[in-house]
Amino acid sequence: MSELWRRFGRLGGGLVLATALLWALLLIVLPQLLMVELSFRPNLPAAARGGPEDVLSLANYAALWANPLHRAIFWQTIWSSLLVTLLALLVCYPVAFHLAQEARGTRALLLATALVIPFWVNEILRTFSWFLILARNGLVNRLLLGLGVIEEPLALGGVGAVMIGMVYAYVLFMIFPLYNALESLDRNQIEAARDLGASTWRIHWRVVIPHAKPGIAVGCVMTFMLAAGTFAVPQIMQSLPGGTNARWFTQIIYSYFFDGGDWNRGSAYAFALLLLCIVFVMATMRLFRVGLRDIAK
Amino acid sequence: MSARGLLRLFTALYLALFFAYLFLPLVFMVAAAFNASRFPTMLPWEGFTLQWFWGFDARGRPTGLFQDARMAAALWNSILIGAGVILLSVPLGLAGALLLTSLQSRLKGFLYAVLVSPILTPGVILGISTLIFWQRAFEVGGGLFLAVVGQSTFIASYCMLLFMARLERFDRTLEEAALDLGASHLQMVRRILLPFLRPAILSAALIAFLQSFENYNTTLFVIGAEDTLTINIATRVRLGLTPAVNAIGVLFIAATVLAAIGWAVLRRREVAVRRERPVPARAQRLAPAAG
Repeated sequence: MSELWRRFGRLGGGLVLATALLWALLLIVLPQLLMVELSFRPNLPAAARGGPEDVLSLANYAALWANPLHRAIFWQTIWSSLLVTLLALLVCYPVAFHLAQEARGTRALLLATALVIPFWVNEILRTFSWFLILARNGLVNRLLLGLGVIEEPLALGGVGAVMIGMVYAYVLFMIFPLYNALESLDRNQIEAARDLGASTWRIHWRVVIPHAKPGIAVGCVMTFMLAAGTFAVPQIMQSLPGGTNARWFTQIIYSYFFDGGDWNRGSAYAFALLLLCIVFVMATMRLFRVGLRDIAK
Repeated sequence: MSARGLLRLFTALYLALFFAYLFLPLVFMVAAAFNASRFPTMLPWEGFTLQWFWGFDARGRPTGLFQDARMAAALWNSILIGAGVILLSVPLGLAGALLLTSLQSRLKGFLYAVLVSPILTPGVILGISTLIFWQRAFEVGGGLFLAVVGQSTFIASYCMLLFMARLERFDRTLEEAALDLGASHLQMVRRILLPFLRPAILSAALIAFLQSFENYNTTLFVIGAEDTLTINIATRVRLGLTPAVNAIGVLFIAATVLAAIGWAVLRRREVAVRRERPVPARAQRLAPAAG
């Protein structure tokens, strides 16, 4: 801490310290703690709060466990998010590799710029563009009708449609970390492996992928977190015919807050989702042996 | 054909497919914005029209995006929130980065984890916890203010990472030299630190605004009865589907393409400058005086 005073003086150092701590406490730690605390209490009218009924219990979590529908949606959210993450990784790896190792000069710059464009078109519009393709009057149905493959428009909604929308919306969160990690790989290493007789598969398995580990980990963590926590994508894709059964866990949480008015139950569900994400982050980091510092890259 | 040639062909094919996957949906969306069809679709093509930007239907009712007052209000709110997020996130991120670069102990690792954690937390949860905290502790309900606070929770983390990356290349001896030579702490910050951080401050402000502008998941929980551009778009997509939504898409894409081209041109010029002058500009300026 003395370093801080030495650099900025008592007043400046104090200001830096206070600002950073206010951010940590008021915006991050206290709100999360209050949410967790709320999740262990019953939903009471304002007058009864702090009264004899206001005791800590696991009732809200038990309710999640006891509700087969909510439980099913919870598992489906996890399962689909894992699948979205894996798909995004498979789709992105060749592109990131090409961009980082094979493309050069103006071509590399052009490709990188082309990636940035859909990245800044917002999530809702990106999802909407796929909604239009899958809709009753959408491109897929028009095409199949025109070719005479089908007689009636297909109902293309459902979990699959939500996942298509998500892979599309989140590939770029996978591709940039991968690209960053792969860019620092010395091309000579690949050349050396090739000269020593390694096949293309072997080069990727033994040289490129080990080097890309931090990027893979960060990309997977970001994509999984976005997929599990998304509200926009399922909300839009549900308007497709046949899409009403594709509910997402975040939507149940939302309805507890704004339709049911049970913030306590909603907090418990939200905390369950947060725990899930924390477990996924820790497991991925352990698996790929990377630390939190690598996120920054 | 050799194995490597085959591989190259395969890569080219895959890249073409990937970029088609990335861009075709956006192309369809843009095309539908100019289709006279009442529904947002590219097929069947019923003729070119601009009525989804500005125009009237057969009964004289306005159909265009630019005639929608609610849209304008939502856009204004988004801009206000974005400005607020810049004003809050940039100083928070800067303070976090300066604090962390001054710490050495185990405390540093812990504080770093806390300050980066919002990036790894789902947006809906940041929104929920912000809403609960301000509602229960200060009786502040959802609205523009809470949207600024909720979004800044994680946007400040992004700003902090930008500052930390820049500070890694900072020569701390400059700071010490200034202090040793009798500069006050304020002078050192104003003359040495802030000028060095200027590019990072600008990019942090830009990123903060863009992140805020397109945020949905967090905003949804803290916005209360107000409207922002993204919330408005989501409502339109869900309820009243007319191609006016596509018109918004066209504007978004046009703005992004322009920004991307500008960025690419700047990058190319930067690369060209570096190639011509391997010596840093600063050293060059000093060189004649030394010689």
